[in-house]
Amino acid sequence: MSDAASATTEPLTKADFQSDQDSRWCPGCGDYAILSTVQKVMPDLGVPREEIVFISGIGCSSRFPYYMNTYGFHTIHGRAPTFATGLKLARPELTVFLVTGDGDSLSIGGNHLLHILRRNVDVKILLFNNRIYGLTKGQYSPTSEQGKVTKSSPAGSTDYPINPVLFALGAEATFVARTVDRNVPHMEMVLKRAAKHRGSALVEIYQNCNVFNDGAFKYLTERATKIDTELVVKNGEPLVFGPIDDRKGFVIRGTKTEIVKLGSVPDEDLWVYDETDPVGAGILARFDHPNFPVPIGVFLDIDRPNFSESMVVQEEQSIAKKGPGDIKELFLRGQTWDV
Amino acid sequence: MSETVAPPPPEASAKPHHTVEFAVVRFAGDSGDGMQLTGQQFAIETAFAGNDLVTLPDFPAEIRAPAGTLYGVSSFQIQFGSGKVWTHGDKVDVLIVMNPAAFKVHLPDLKPSGILIVNTDAFTKSNLAKAGYDASPLVDETLKGSYRVFEVPLSKLTREALAETGLAHRDAERSKNIFALGIVSWLYDRPLAPTRTLLESKFGKKPQILEANLLALDAGHRYAEATELFTEYYRVEPAELEKGTYRSISGNQALAWGLLAAARASGRPMVYGAYPITPASDLLHELANHKNFRVRTFQAEDEISAIGATIGASFGGALGVCGTSGPGLALKGEALGLAVMVELPLVVVNVQRGGPSTGLPTKTEQSDLLQAFYGRNGECPLVILAPRTPSDCFTMAYEAARISIRYMTPVLLLSDGYLATGSEPWKLPDLAALKPVEFNLATDPETFQPYARDAETLARPWAIPGTPGLEHRVGGLEKKHITGNVNYEPDNHDLMTRLREEKVKRVQREIPPIEVVGDQSGQVLVIGWGSTYGAISAAIEESREAGLKVGHVHLRHLNPLPADLLDVIGRFERVLVPEINRGQLVRLLRAEFAIPAVGFNRVRGMPLRLPELVEAIETVARGEPLPTKDTAAEAFAGGQGVRSGDAEGNGGWMRDAFQQLWGLDRSGGNGASEG
Ligand code: SF4
Repeated sequence: MSDAASATTEPLTKADFQSDQDSRWCPGCGDYAILSTVQKVMPDLGVPREEIVFISGIGCSSRFPYYMNTYGFHTIHGRAPTFATGLKLARPELTVFLVTGDGDSLSIGGNHLLHILRRNVDVKILLFNNRIYGLTKGQYSPTSEQGKVTKSSPAGSTDYPINPVLFALGAEATFVARTVDRNVPHMEMVLKRAAKHRGSALVEIYQNCNVFNDGAFKYLTERATKIDTELVVKNGEPLVFGPIDDRKGFVIRGTKTEIVKLGSVPDEDLWVYDETDPVGAGILARFDHPNFPVPIGVFLDIDRPNFSESMVVQEEQSIAKKGPGDIKELFLRGQTWDV
Repeated sequence: MSETVAPPPPEASAKPHHTVEFAVVRFAGDSGDGMQLTGQQFAIETAFAGNDLVTLPDFPAEIRAPAGTLYGVSSFQIQFGSGKVWTHGDKVDVLIVMNPAAFKVHLPDLKPSGILIVNTDAFTKSNLAKAGYDASPLVDETLKGSYRVFEVPLSKLTREALAETGLAHRDAERSKNIFALGIVSWLYDRPLAPTRTLLESKFGKKPQILEANLLALDAGHRYAEATELFTEYYRVEPAELEKGTYRSISGNQALAWGLLAAARASGRPMVYGAYPITPASDLLHELANHKNFRVRTFQAEDEISAIGATIGASFGGALGVCGTSGPGLALKGEALGLAVMVELPLVVVNVQRGGPSTGLPTKTEQSDLLQAFYGRNGECPLVILAPRTPSDCFTMAYEAARISIRYMTPVLLLSDGYLATGSEPWKLPDLAALKPVEFNLATDPETFQPYARDAETLARPWAIPGTPGLEHRVGGLEKKHITGNVNYEPDNHDLMTRLREEKVKRVQREIPPIEVVGDQSGQVLVIGWGSTYGAISAAIEESREAGLKVGHVHLRHLNPLPADLLDVIGRFERVLVPEINRGQLVRLLRAEFAIPAVGFNRVRGMPLRLPELVEAIETVARGEPLPTKDTAAEAFAGGQGVRSGDAEGNGGWMRDAFQQLWGLDRSGGNGASEG
């Protein structure tokens, strides 16, 4: 349905994806690293710039489209998935990214996130999780930990936080991953994997809001602690973490997972990760600091017919059966009479 | 019924007949009795007979209300005639009641000496009790003195007629509505062929049920001819209608087809997003059936998603359309604001129903006009159109889509429950004669600016993803004039606010000169909008026959209003605005033109009643205030703070204000009392 042939001949570079607008995030905000990484990854997708659309909701992260030299749509709070769904309905061939935050996607927009995932709309969702409301200046968010003291929760938040990865798995997403703003190579890998997936992809990106929630993921980004808290998930390999002299893995007993020292159990008893297994992904998604190391990487990558593909199939079937619609013939359907 | 006795009976019947000009028939029964199907089919037969007609389906909000109860009664009314028919009719000539509850609810609407056909088999002890009767009201002698009562054991007769089919009694009795249709078809000399065709297409795959219904139809017809109960039948000569091919169409169907036609004419695909809501769901059902037209329907997770998806589709170059009813429109407010800001095409259909809140889901009302105008944050103008008859829904849906694409603006189309479910004969339009759907699709990166405007329409270019070199960003933040970059400068915001307003105003250029029906100048100008068209037209005819100088303007463009409206208003002494709300258009007209327009307002969930309307016109023509029946004050007799006085907005304080406003009192008071 593209109205013009692609004009792109030279290979694109990162600079081709930088718009002329100055970013307006706070200095030091994790969003900068994410923007830069996304711009860097874009040329590798092999998609012409004009075929790419960034859609966002409202919040700090949702300014993202303004800084991308692609098509962009900064919509309303929580509703970005609905716009993305409609766009894919009209234009299945476009590559659509959705940028959202924890408040945008899991509070006001929780319903839409659920539905875009279960419908498997072919949209790549980058969920910047900073566990705080930044743009409205520091209220607790749906991913803030219980007891969080903020301007709107002076005695500590009583709300139990939601885990975006678990939410996505519950919504029957076909691709779910997590990465961290400070781990650029990992982020690159995850973004490329997500872009390749045919269907909806949810990528949770731990993002530091240095103004209102600085150090929320310090345990995962600081050199001193990272080695014990980071669990890099690799498909087909045993899940292992810890310093080289104290590597640990996991053994699943019943529905419980036990941390074991490598060598303390036979190697074949270790949990070897299978990213096509939604049940395993569900177990892994519950690993969290401080009881468990925090998994980053691809939790799930499975194939299921996606929304726009199924819709196009039905449309073609209908045309094959009834012919391309004819308005005049439609008018004459049923009972008519002449005067 | 004006009757003339004509001697020679047609072949079909050996009995004598009367010729009548108009007739009103109402089928009433339990929700499960199939009254809607029966009524609709009688309407089709009537259309085939060449009459003009208007219908009113009325059904409960409950899907299967408990059988036999008063609130489970469903009815279908039709007025047809050899002359122009404007409304479904107030009082009925023939009332068919299938049970005691229907009898109780509907008898008050039967004309004196009207025909009452009663299914006596349903007058059982338990059904009588459910309708609140101790004993059968049919034995009451005064009933027989007031009406022509035909007691027909419908269930038994249907059972007997279907004895050969081998159907169980219960199943056989299901066809009693079709038996009744046979009777009424005989009574008005309607052709049965269209009903046979319908039954064949509906039950083609269930031969036993098809046979049962065909038998019941013929049996009903034969019974009416044979029984001594009916000594005569009625004929209604064909009306003089424009030549052409006709079909019956409901408002929702016409809306769907108008949108399809517009999408076709634009060459753009259409995306229709909706969340199920009464009475708009039929739009979704209809369009979902037309995938081969490349209409992509989306049943969203909620009302907000439905509009979000359609705006997303419009951003992608499709015609985005969403349909809803009042409560859904309330939820769409924020997204509508975004559509105004990003200036993309979008058609939002609101099939209005009784409100506020859940209100009266299956009843009609015109109470979302102010919501359409003002139900959003910020200065948020959009185009508002309103069809006036079921078939006009086709024209106005096409127009809504055309304007929306041409001006890159959301258009709100206000239909209502009465238009949506009502049907009328529709002369098939000449597709080639429809206006082309024009738009400015940007392709040139050298000259492209996201918010550069067309000098005539002020529309910005439609720059759709996939076009190389036009990569740009839009959003809900204020835009810089021309470049479209985010901008917070005071003067720019002021300018952009005015530009958005002016763009909507330019749509005035699309509106043809106002056609005043009736007198072109005179005592009263009646201004209406939407589904009150028929009732007002009929009232105007009656008032003019009574010697009043009355004109009628029925607005289909509400925002912007036609440029020549004030000129027309100036030709009349007074302005009356009848609406099925508490005075919304009248408020807008007063505010826009500073005129003392008078409102006539009823919110009964039903179309306006003709006699009341005629009386209102006469009263206003005399320069008197409309008599006030302040039911709110009455309900709290003792004056608990309810301000009595003129609830129609014509009270003393307002009169004084208007007289001040106008300096002197034109022609004796412009709707204000001279008391
Ligand atoms: S408030 Fe926090 S999230 Fe928002 S821009 Fe500033 S640092 Fe980044």
